[in-house]
Amino acid sequence: MSAHRTVGAVGSRALLHLVIVLACLVWLLPALGLLVSSLRPAAAVASTGWWTVLATPFDWTQYTLENYHHVLVQDQLGRSFLNSVLIAVPSTVLPVLVAAFAAFAFAWLRFPGRDALMLTVVGLLVVPLQTTFIPILRLYSQWGLAGTFLGLWLAHTGYGLPFAIYLLRNFFSALPRDLFESAYIDGASPLTAFFRLALPMSTPALASLIIFQFLWVWNDLLVALIYVGGSPGVAPLTVRLSSLVGSYGQEWHVLTAAAFVTMIVPLSVFFALQRYFVRGILAGAVKG
Amino acid sequence: MARVVLEGVTKRYGSVTAVNNANLVIEDEEFVVLVGPSGCGKSTTLRMVAGLEDITEGNIYIGDRLVNDVPPKDRDIAMVFQNYALYPHMDVYNNMAFGLKLRRFPKAEIDRRVREAARMLGIEDLLHRKPKQLSGGQRQRVAVGRAIVREPAAFLMDEPLSNLDAKLRVQMRAELSKLHNRLRTTTIYVTHDQTEAMTMGDRIVVMKDGFIQQVGAPLEIYENPNNVFVAGFIGSPAMNFLNAVLKQEGDDVIVDCGAFNVRVPESRVAKSPRIREYLNKRVIFGIRPEDIDDAQMVPEERRAEAITARVDVTEPMGSEVYVYLSVGEHSFIARFDSATKARDGEPHQVVFNMDKMHLFDAETELAIR
Repeated sequence: MSAHRTVGAVGSRALLHLVIVLACLVWLLPALGLLVSSLRPAAAVASTGWWTVLATPFDWTQYTLENYHHVLVQDQLGRSFLNSVLIAVPSTVLPVLVAAFAAFAFAWLRFPGRDALMLTVVGLLVVPLQTTFIPILRLYSQWGLAGTFLGLWLAHTGYGLPFAIYLLRNFFSALPRDLFESAYIDGASPLTAFFRLALPMSTPALASLIIFQFLWVWNDLLVALIYVGGSPGVAPLTVRLSSLVGSYGQEWHVLTAAAFVTMIVPLSVFFALQRYFVRGILAGAVKG
Repeated sequence: MARVVLEGVTKRYGSVTAVNNANLVIEDEEFVVLVGPSGCGKSTTLRMVAGLEDITEGNIYIGDRLVNDVPPKDRDIAMVFQNYALYPHMDVYNNMAFGLKLRRFPKAEIDRRVREAARMLGIEDLLHRKPKQLSGGQRQRVAVGRAIVREPAAFLMDEPLSNLDAKLRVQMRAELSKLHNRLRTTTIYVTHDQTEAMTMGDRIVVMKDGFIQQVGAPLEIYENPNNVFVAGFIGSPAMNFLNAVLKQEGDDVIVDCGAFNVRVPESRVAKSPRIREYLNKRVIFGIRPEDIDDAQMVPEERRAEAITARVDVTEPMGSEVYVYLSVGEHSFIARFDSATKARDGEPHQVVFNMDKMHLFDAETELAIR
């Protein structure tokens, strides 16, 4: 290897790093601005930009938790937070569970019409969910599901299934065939093979799917707004936050605090499980 | 413990016939090796016995039970796979206990069997390790252990040693034989390695293109191959084949290879009466490398039959030398003692041990007997 090429390699690596650092900055700066603003008193937010704190970042007197107190207590953001949890947890568990069963069948069981069905499921990936709002909402009104958590759970389950089945099927079918054959000879039924082999061996894929689905439901505004609406008893954080924008259009300090409350869960989910996150994205893609 | 019977077993995938009308009786306690090149149908045959593949035609019996429609778990068999197929998330103990647990054996019995198998295989220290923490040989033992604890009617082994390195393979080969001597469980063993077949099998089943070519004890197959394929497949280095014409010279039958002639002794002709039917016809003359001798190393009286060949290459193997020879358009390999004076590029006198020669019909490639 010549010195010339080494210099070239170092140069291109440096360029790569520069681009990555820039991209991170572009994403991080607004988030940092949001965080800082949410911690500043209302008067300060109204008079100076958030970056002024960077001059004396460790002067703790310029920060306050007043805004958080305000949104959580006065604006009942606490209740919305609970609603979000009540919506997101079943809306994650249900589709992942159903998809796991379906994906296992698609990957390892032989039944007539399997490939056609799988193709249909994959085809459903391209259907925009907006087109389903009116027919489903009409059904929901007839069945009394409109405005209920159950209705929203089912909607999220339906919207989440195609991708979940697709991802898990790819992962399951990459598991070695011998393992299942060995298990069948050992006396396992397909159900046993699913619970004792396929599921335990698929933790990375399941974890990443759970993260994806949870984040998608947690951050969802549209579907929740359509199926449960904005009444405080059922509205999740996202819906509540968007209505706050209406009532506090100018009060940045309160909005930023509310936004950060909304972000806490996704952030902690991501940092807690980021190991699976990275691995899981690769898992479905590379058949090994 | 059971015998396994295949009756006209055929497997077709669309227009491809993977196994064609296989008939085979495997006796109780027998160790039978299915051997053949890849794609010969040996694995498919085994998988049909296991119940992992459906049978297109024919019947399979395990014990006295027709198992055509019996699912794998109810066939009372255990299988060892080429890549071990250990459950990656379970430790060694649970890998071995899995089948027994599913069959709801009492805990104490499971424990007894797992520990006994582990002791037999020398993996007692590994019981709480995960498969990924084991070496290839250890994984192989666990896979065998998993089969043993089930105490099944038959073991099915699908190329169980082919993922091991050469040295370990030889060692495990002997261990599996020892294990079979001890357990006496009917075993069907699939391999593409003729050495494994020769050394391990009570009987060998040679397969090619979905057809069973020959069934017999290792030496029987070695000494009396049915056809050119079996003759060339069993034995290493492979048997030499030379195109020839059989001729009569006085009372003697001679093999006329063009560049040279060799006489067939009367005792050999007597063993295969049909030889005389092939006089003046084209045949394939087969001679194993160890049946070609260095003329300098044979008793005086045999040297008269010597022919002169050119030594192309010598391959010293330690105790012996593989010598690549050519005469005219024919080339062949001989196995000499390492004391031979054969040198690359020089002519050398060789003697064919014609009592051990083989003749095959040039058209059908079947042995002339």
